[in-house]
Amino acid sequence: MGKLFTRDTQAIFWNNNKTAIQRMLDYDYTIKRETPSVAAIVAPTSGNKFEKFFWGGDEIMIPLYKSTTEAKAAQPQADVLLNFASFRTAYDVTMEALNLGGFKTIMITAEGIPERLARGMNAYARELDVTVIGPATVGAIAPGAFKIANIGGTIENIINSKLHRAGSCGLVTRSGGLFNELSNIIAINADGIAEGVAIGGDRFVGSVFIDNLLRMEKNPDVKYMILLGEVGGTEEYKVIEAVKSGKITKPIIAWCIGTIAKYYDSGVQFGHAGASANAERETAEAKNKAMAEAGIHVPATFNDLPATIMEVYSDLKAKGIIGEIEEPEINIVPKVRRPKQFICTISDDRGEECTYAGFPISSVATPDTGKGIGDVISLLWFKKQYPKWATDFIETVIKTVADHGPAVSGAHNAKVTARAGKSVVESLVTGLLTIGPRFGGAIDGAAKYFKYADDNGLDPKAFLKYMKGEGVPIPGIGHRIKSLKNPDLRVTGLMNYAAEHFPSTPLLDYARTVEALTTSKKENLILNVDGTIGILMVDMWRALGYSEEEINEFIESGTLNAFFIVGRSIGFIGHVLDEKRLAMPMYRHPMDDILYDVKKADKL
Amino acid sequence: MAQKAIREYDAKSILAKHWDKYFPDFTYSYETVLVTSGAELLEAAKEKPWLKEKPLVAKPDMLFGKRGKNGLVLFKDQKPGDVTLEKAAAWIDEKSKEDVEVYFSFDGDTPTGEPKVDRLTHFIVEPFTPHDQSEEYYISATCVGDEDVLYMSAEGGMEVEEGWDEKVTEVAFPITAKEDEIAEKIKTNIPADVKEEDKENFAKFAIGFFKAYRELNFAYLEINPFVMQGNKIELLDMVAKLDDTAGFMMVEEWGDVEYPTAFGMEAKSPEVEAIEEADAKTGASLKLTLLKPEARIWTMVAGGGASVVYADTIADFAGIEDLANYGEYSGGPTTGETKFYAETILDLMTREKDPKGRDKILIIGGAIANFTDVAKTFTGIIQAFEKYADKMKDVGVKIYVRRGGPNYEKGLKDIKEAADRLGLEIHVYGPETHVTDIVRMALEEK
Repeated sequence: MGKLFTRDTQAIFWNNNKTAIQRMLDYDYTIKRETPSVAAIVAPTSGNKFEKFFWGGDEIMIPLYKSTTEAKAAQPQADVLLNFASFRTAYDVTMEALNLGGFKTIMITAEGIPERLARGMNAYARELDVTVIGPATVGAIAPGAFKIANIGGTIENIINSKLHRAGSCGLVTRSGGLFNELSNIIAINADGIAEGVAIGGDRFVGSVFIDNLLRMEKNPDVKYMILLGEVGGTEEYKVIEAVKSGKITKPIIAWCIGTIAKYYDSGVQFGHAGASANAERETAEAKNKAMAEAGIHVPATFNDLPATIMEVYSDLKAKGIIGEIEEPEINIVPKVRRPKQFICTISDDRGEECTYAGFPISSVATPDTGKGIGDVISLLWFKKQYPKWATDFIETVIKTVADHGPAVSGAHNAKVTARAGKSVVESLVTGLLTIGPRFGGAIDGAAKYFKYADDNGLDPKAFLKYMKGEGVPIPGIGHRIKSLKNPDLRVTGLMNYAAEHFPSTPLLDYARTVEALTTSKKENLILNVDGTIGILMVDMWRALGYSEEEINEFIESGTLNAFFIVGRSIGFIGHVLDEKRLAMPMYRHPMDDILYDVKKADKL
Repeated sequence: MAQKAIREYDAKSILAKHWDKYFPDFTYSYETVLVTSGAELLEAAKEKPWLKEKPLVAKPDMLFGKRGKNGLVLFKDQKPGDVTLEKAAAWIDEKSKEDVEVYFSFDGDTPTGEPKVDRLTHFIVEPFTPHDQSEEYYISATCVGDEDVLYMSAEGGMEVEEGWDEKVTEVAFPITAKEDEIAEKIKTNIPADVKEEDKENFAKFAIGFFKAYRELNFAYLEINPFVMQGNKIELLDMVAKLDDTAGFMMVEEWGDVEYPTAFGMEAKSPEVEAIEEADAKTGASLKLTLLKPEARIWTMVAGGGASVVYADTIADFAGIEDLANYGEYSGGPTTGETKFYAETILDLMTREKDPKGRDKILIIGGAIANFTDVAKTFTGIIQAFEKYADKMKDVGVKIYVRRGGPNYEKGLKDIKEAADRLGLEIHVYGPETHVTDIVRMALEEK
């Protein structure tokens, strides 16, 4: 209880601020956190899906999202928002997160958010019991657990200032620059801090001194607190009240900077926007005096602060309230690091045995493993273990499309190339290069258009009208000779398999209603094998729990075509080997099969 | 500073621009002009015939009040309400001819304190509005603590400050207050002294006023007084401050608004102006205030918070008599920017020797930086040393450095080497030394 962050706390970082995020990850690595403290980055204008960062000498990827809503949906465990938006958008970003819910702490770095917006945002957060740190702050830290962005400075300074492990002081400051300084002073004169917050320099900040001190009062790791205030405002008086009323019992050391302001008229602005005394009781001197009178430890000057800290700390230690700290082992972040040029997320050959998505090859290769080529594809293509009905379906598809005779253009090309004396691989790619929108591509097209129609609730009639508007025949519909009466048995086989083994086939069901309409116009406008495969693949992925966006991505990236490529390679290789075996001579197309219509070129 | 004062003329213009939205039941003639000379006023009369047709009132529009008590409101020539266009033009020229004394506080009609002396440059001219004292009211709004407070009084005019507690009704609202709650609370808190027949209208006007204050991002808005004659409103005198951080969303609403410097502000030195200019051009922060240029302790401190503790500590150890300047650089300034900043300070501090013949002290201080590269900023300071080394030796300057943060070891080593090479006395400390302890060391050493 009473802790702002733990070693498991994860944040969503709004704005791809690479330096600050890297500093967080270096900190995580140093203190041996198991998970990175940044779970997701919101980068509204980036087209990338992730950003690479160093994790020690290694690299990790942090996912990027377009909005806080998306990021939170994907990383619901991240309950801290680090709002690094500019003063123009920081308010909207905070409000979106507050309305979304699920955030315990929101830190806002922008300086100069319109005051009325800042006040509204802070009040709303308070109502929802969300801790706002800032605006205009460098953040907060729970040493040994979680650190926000740049607070604490470089990793060397963090270790020097003992910010890599919990001490016994709770520190609250307004200024971010002096936060570092105070951490250093506390490390030199005491045993470091347990939790620290720089509340921010703007006039209206979310959590104020008293909010943070009351939380620290409840935090068993905090044994005493240090408050560094500033001239201007009356927040320190709330702390005095809490001390007087007994709400705060732990010792507090406090100092308000800006004692010099009393010598000058209001024309000289010392420090932050929030730092300006409008009345006698808002001067640093009055506040220091009032705090001292309430029993808070107030040094004579800022220069005497270290001595006061040492005094309070030594006293608590002598009383046994503060014990010895065992210095934890830390990782050392390497000085020289090189970013990796390539990324691999599917297989790994660094260990004893190469793995497919974490599974050693031997665990999927031999028949006794019970695994087939469908399993290997599900591991290497999708990084998932598909259930048997799905891997069987994948194998059925591959077997179904393996070949379709020598006359189709791809096989023909492969055969012609083989007869020109080229190798297996050369002949094979010649055949493969034929695969595209007209050859094999109907699988992609059928999945894309039927899914579009289904997603948008088009009835078969509307779908036909839409495709007419697009100016393309419906992919996956129509066969040269087959019809409802003379069905394509490959299609029948796929449909029967799906009916028996798929949990449900909503897109196929829809496609059948389209087929009913097209075949009523012309007999051979049946759902063909390409269409059936494309549509059933969508149904398979839906049943496996993929989101519509993920399925759309599969379609757009050409995954469906890939099944055809793998399957048909088997057939092409067969045709090539066939040619080699038969030792067929070079092929020349008969001239009488060509219509020659060559006119003399006009002079321009 | 987030809150900036604007001219009375601009305050009226902003309200006039949105009048129908906030005060649909009232009319306001918005007859007002802002001029800087008599000639300009005569020119304005070509566009605005009321300047020729109506008796006028003229007064300076330069962010200060008590204009009546300072004798700076022209409302009569022979008798009240007889000021012509020509008279007003002549008066403006006469008043803006030379510096005038303005008192900011009065005891009764007797000025107290020192007057500010400056030139009058901007005047607001409006029609003279004959009305009965009983038609004058007071209203204002501002933010106090976390709440918005609306102040209303049945007594308008300049007497309102005397006897504030008896005459003024205060109503406070949290930022989260809804419009209907606000309207309800205002209605039930209309000052008892408001004339019975005006009460309903006063409430309507106050609700619109408070809504305008909130929605138009005013930090302070005061009409003292306004005249209510049925549905006709006159805004006789206004004071307003805007929250300028809201400027980016209020471009359309505020229009072309100006933030004048206060009357009587001492002219800034060219050095300070140059630093301000440089500050405006960079994403970093460069600030300089000259407190006492002949004093012997000069500071060049990184960081808003640290600069304050250094100033505090110097005042504690030496008193403010010895403190020459206040300032800070932060937010990762470039080497060039730091060099310019350092040169400006070195130039100022080497102009005269200390009258008592002591060495001058230069404090190059700073906390442990979060992300500013210390070596990079120190390179700029070293370049400035190179340029001013001879002058520094002539005057006698002792340099005390304390800094931490990214690359600080190199920064400290570089600056030590440079000073030694140039024959300058320097004492260099890192994060192991308490941030302000160099002030003590500098002053203890005789």
